[in-house]
Amino acid sequence: MDKFEKLTGIAAPLPQVNVDTDMIIPKQYLKTIKRTGLGVNLFDEMRYDEQGNEKPDFVLNQPAYREAEILVSGENFGCGSSREHAPWAIKDFGIRCVIAPSFADIFFNNCFKNGILPIPLPQEKVDILMKDAEKGANARMTVDLEAQTITTSDGEVISFEVDPFRKHCLINGLDDIGLTLEKAASIDSYESQAGQQRPWV
Amino acid sequence: MTGKTLYDKIWDAHLVDHAEDGTCLIYIDRHLVHEVTSPQAFEGLRMAGRQVRAPEKTIAVPDHNVPTTQGREIVANMTEESRIQVEALDKNARDFGINYYPVSDIRQGIVHIVGPEQGWTLPGMTVVCGDSHTATHGAFGALAHGIGTSEVEHVLATQTLIQSKSKNMKVEITGQLPPGVTAKDITLSVIGKTGTAGGTGYVIEYCGEAIRALSMEGRMTVCNMAIEGGARAGLIAPDEKTFEYVKGRPHAPKGAQWEAALSWWKTLYSDDDAHWDKVVTIRGEDIAPVVTWGTSPEDVLPITEKVPAPEDFAGGKVDAVRRSLDYMGLTPGTPLQDIKIGAVFIGSCTNGRIEDLRAAAEVLKGRKLADGVRGMVVPGSGLVRAKAEEEGLDVIFTDAGFEWRLAGCSMCLGMNPDQLAPGERCAATSNRNFEGRMGRGGRTHLMSPVMAAAAAVTGHLTDVRELTAETV
Ligand code: SF4
Repeated sequence: MDKFEKLTGIAAPLPQVNVDTDMIIPKQYLKTIKRTGLGVNLFDEMRYDEQGNEKPDFVLNQPAYREAEILVSGENFGCGSSREHAPWAIKDFGIRCVIAPSFADIFFNNCFKNGILPIPLPQEKVDILMKDAEKGANARMTVDLEAQTITTSDGEVISFEVDPFRKHCLINGLDDIGLTLEKAASIDSYESQAGQQRPWV
Repeated sequence: MTGKTLYDKIWDAHLVDHAEDGTCLIYIDRHLVHEVTSPQAFEGLRMAGRQVRAPEKTIAVPDHNVPTTQGREIVANMTEESRIQVEALDKNARDFGINYYPVSDIRQGIVHIVGPEQGWTLPGMTVVCGDSHTATHGAFGALAHGIGTSEVEHVLATQTLIQSKSKNMKVEITGQLPPGVTAKDITLSVIGKTGTAGGTGYVIEYCGEAIRALSMEGRMTVCNMAIEGGARAGLIAPDEKTFEYVKGRPHAPKGAQWEAALSWWKTLYSDDDAHWDKVVTIRGEDIAPVVTWGTSPEDVLPITEKVPAPEDFAGGKVDAVRRSLDYMGLTPGTPLQDIKIGAVFIGSCTNGRIEDLRAAAEVLKGRKLADGVRGMVVPGSGLVRAKAEEEGLDVIFTDAGFEWRLAGCSMCLGMNPDQLAPGERCAATSNRNFEGRMGRGGRTHLMSPVMAAAAAVTGHLTDVRELTAETV
């Protein structure tokens, strides 16, 4: 997995609540059997018209935000399906960090597995960052995972919380499966014990 | 010491490892797999040279992307992309030796219908699947939730999942439901009350007299939509109805094992002195037949109401409502019953079981689809379909003018040609009314099977109580 340590980049504002996984990547793109190549279809129905032409007013189509690496959005981001295609599309586009007042549970988990840092913050803090993001390409934000801070283009510092285990994995680019397999002995002993207690499973 | 909730009990029974920072390793009893969210996980296993740790606990079935028309077992009749995913699942199931129900097998169907039907889902288990509606299996008192593809790979390789524990939420539905009100109305009404993020961070246990009174199938409908309320999972404590439903299913325990299982299952309930982090209580008598009007499952109102205005809401929801009314082509103040529809979809893991089909057929018996309305019934599994045919329900549907399809997810997510046209408005028994969910530009109103059947007959959203009152 790609490491995430510190990121300075353009933040795109998407001030909308309940951005769901069907918006992030509509189902016609779930037919792939690969993890890559979904970035061009990120936010497909908001980004392109029916002929496939870009809609100029959508944020990621504006020249200032084409290279965005951070996304600032509204409550309950990523609600809906468990499709990991959503974080794959976000990452493939080049976004490595999403900031919102709250996230849907499965999407939140999926981000960490793909080197994306989701940051939940109180609404007032998100409002500050949303304003900063609206300034366009010159306003670069810095997200420092080690220090757990976001620095706006004006130098205002906002700190955030992150689960220590997930932080550790993200900073070191650790693969969960490898870590879990180190505990194979515990899994073995659980299995033999549970096999006696609940043999019907 | 305070008592434990049902969730606490299942969690404790599956804890493999508990790290100091609070992250836990949870053992997974059943892993369900389908064609859309698994190919990358199997690819990952191959690349790392790993095996499936417990193939006997892993069950695969193609459902999301399969055609629901006759002749689909002939590969040439699938779209190129469906074929690639279905063939990938065929190969993966074979190579890794997992249980498999291909499209040619009568037991094939929507994964959340197949699991319970075959007795794979049992009380007290942990059940996961790369699909958010895994919550359905919670109806058996199993801890069941959706996972992403990386987690699918993790479970395949290790039979465990890294988790942190959720909080406990109790949703109690007291008393009795009025006539015409169903499990779907309960689950939609709960989301209407708590919002789509109201359950975030929680596992919900549904309880109360109205829940106890539901059949197992109704309970599955309720738990199915726990995820739409933001919860990780929804649970209902097992009781005699649960045991009765499970008994004799192909993969349910038998003989002495059945007795042993039963005595453990009977301990699976929340203790009286258990701690709840959040409690929501709704009177069964206060629940009405509901429909959704917007593009979020929380946009729900009794059928007797009117389309709301953006100004009726606060905060970020004002813009969201403006956007969704625009998308849905609705004007504030319009009575919900005046909304005309062009399509009806009966099916999905929420309402694609035999009781759902019976309930819809009961309303449709001797009636016809309204002019200009198309209807589609997609049974949740091949066995549901066969049972319905045995009872003659297929004849009622086709006489009414509905298409009688083969089992799959179909229009619920519109991955294959089963889609709404842009602007087409549909009365649907599924669980998501998101923009573009059932087809680009398609407009979805969620409701129960009887409400969808009533709308089919009149051509507009309809209070089923009025329609059925006419006939008695
Ligand atoms: S029927 Fe719909 S909600 Fe259920 S598993 Fe299939 S696509 Fe998902």
